[in-house]
Amino acid sequence: MLKMLGEYLILLVEIFKRPDKGPVFRSRLLTEFVGLGTDSIGIVVIISIFTGAIVAIQTAYNIDSPLIPLTMVGFTTRQMMILEFSPTIISLILAGKVGSRIASEIGTMRVTEQIDALRVMGVNPANYLILPKITASMLFNPVLIIFSMVIGIWGGWMACIVTGVVTSTDFIMGLRGWFEPFTVTYAIIKTVVFAFIISSVSGYLGYSIKGGSVEVGAASTKAVVYSSILIIFFDLILTQLLLI
Amino acid sequence: MIEVKNISKTFGDNQVLKNVSTIFEKGQTNLIIGQSGSGKTVLMKSCIGLIDPDEGEIIFDQRPFSRLAEKQKKDIRKDMGVLFQGGALFDSFNVEQNVMFPLNMFTTMSLEEKLDRVNFVLKRVNLENVNKLYPSEISGGMMKRVAIARAISNNPQYLFCDEPNSGLDPKTAEVIDALISEITEEYNMTTVINTHDMNSVLQIGQRINFLYKGQLWWQGDMHTILEEENPELQEFVFSTELTRRIKK
Ligand SMILES: Nc1ncnc2c1ncn2[C@@H]1O[C@H](COP(=O)(O)OP(=O)(O)OP(=O)(O)O)[C@@H](O)[C@H]1O
Ligand SMILES: [Mg+2]
Repeated sequence: MLKMLGEYLILLVEIFKRPDKGPVFRSRLLTEFVGLGTDSIGIVVIISIFTGAIVAIQTAYNIDSPLIPLTMVGFTTRQMMILEFSPTIISLILAGKVGSRIASEIGTMRVTEQIDALRVMGVNPANYLILPKITASMLFNPVLIIFSMVIGIWGGWMACIVTGVVTSTDFIMGLRGWFEPFTVTYAIIKTVVFAFIISSVSGYLGYSIKGGSVEVGAASTKAVVYSSILIIFFDLILTQLLLI
Repeated sequence: MIEVKNISKTFGDNQVLKNVSTIFEKGQTNLIIGQSGSGKTVLMKSCIGLIDPDEGEIIFDQRPFSRLAEKQKKDIRKDMGVLFQGGALFDSFNVEQNVMFPLNMFTTMSLEEKLDRVNFVLKRVNLENVNKLYPSEISGGMMKRVAIARAISNNPQYLFCDEPNSGLDPKTAEVIDALISEITEEYNMTTVINTHDMNSVLQIGQRINFLYKGQLWWQGDMHTILEEENPELQEFVFSTELTRRIKK
């Protein structure tokens, strides 16, 4: 475990060396935006709509005291989406989708000697392969998360209208109440940290494979498990640090 | 000329190379032969700096490669072409982008000059009209040829080939061997080839280094190898039914 941490840190140093060729880095970054970012929009939309809807319905269902106004439903949906569901749940989903993809892509390159080939052609493979992925994730995941917040709240609103448990006016009134802009900042900070965890941990696991193609499968599973655990762990730490 | 001086390498408690010294001559095909696991790939990877040997050094025409820092190694890498055991083409690039890669990394040529060069080397390995295909869309023999084209695209002085014809049918294997040996002569390169294929040994073995359990056991050429009485070498040379029958 300690050895892994050491290897991971050494790799990070390699990754963050300045790219040898600027234009090469930029074109790789563009490819990664597509591969890691825009390709995930579909799943983010679906998951967000449903979580928003579920949160709204569950809140409405749980309010049975006449003392609590139904406007609470809009308020709760917004808070839940911004504080926790969008940044954390979506990052966990991305850990599954993007993390396994990064680990298997880089792992395959390792076992088929493509990483060796890069090195003999004068390239620093860690920097060339992993830096664009980390950068793309850290820049694009916040966009996905903000998108998810908006869609999730919309999903909650739709659920209220369709089921009729809360009126549209009540929902929107709640939505507008007691808004603290810092919650969004907090969510974005979390997202950026999670994006770094997903891309660097998965990159490391793929890069450090020794052996054959069986290892590639194992590494991509590990990428999902390790990044998910680290996300939850850092969620707790960041919440402590930022909100209290 | 590449000088290999007293190279030793141990992984864990498995000593893979034991004090290997040899010389790879310019303009010739220098073979490293031996059974699977005898250390051929480790020796080649030590030469190109992918594995750090525990002891010894590698000298490329008076340039002490193994003692240089990573940045300075790049100068010598510019003059190296490597053909990996499985080809190691980049899956996400098409043929043209693969062959162009070393030019992008090592030169400041314009796109047009690079394209000219790519088409020239592709033609040299008898591949035309495949520029836009991806590695997954071409056959194993074509992949090997693209990999050769990539290895020679930047006009290297040193060419390393790790089992260039493994996994190919005998005819295609022969074509690939012939191609490598022609290119070697044509561009006066120092070529190092790992193989365990006796056909290649007899076809292109101008200088042969036989590795046995990590030691340099025997040196010679394609003519002397059949007359040699060394038992370990004989076991390797006459390991197939075909060669045994010919011997009789
Ligand atoms: N990175 C490594 N870590 C540990 N052991 C290794 C490593 N690379 C090679 N070995 C060991 O070194 C020995 C020689 O391997 P090498 O790949 O050089 O054989 P080879 O002669 O190229 O065989 P083949 O013809 O099958 O390619 C093997 O026993 C192998 O297990
Ligand atoms: Mg080998």
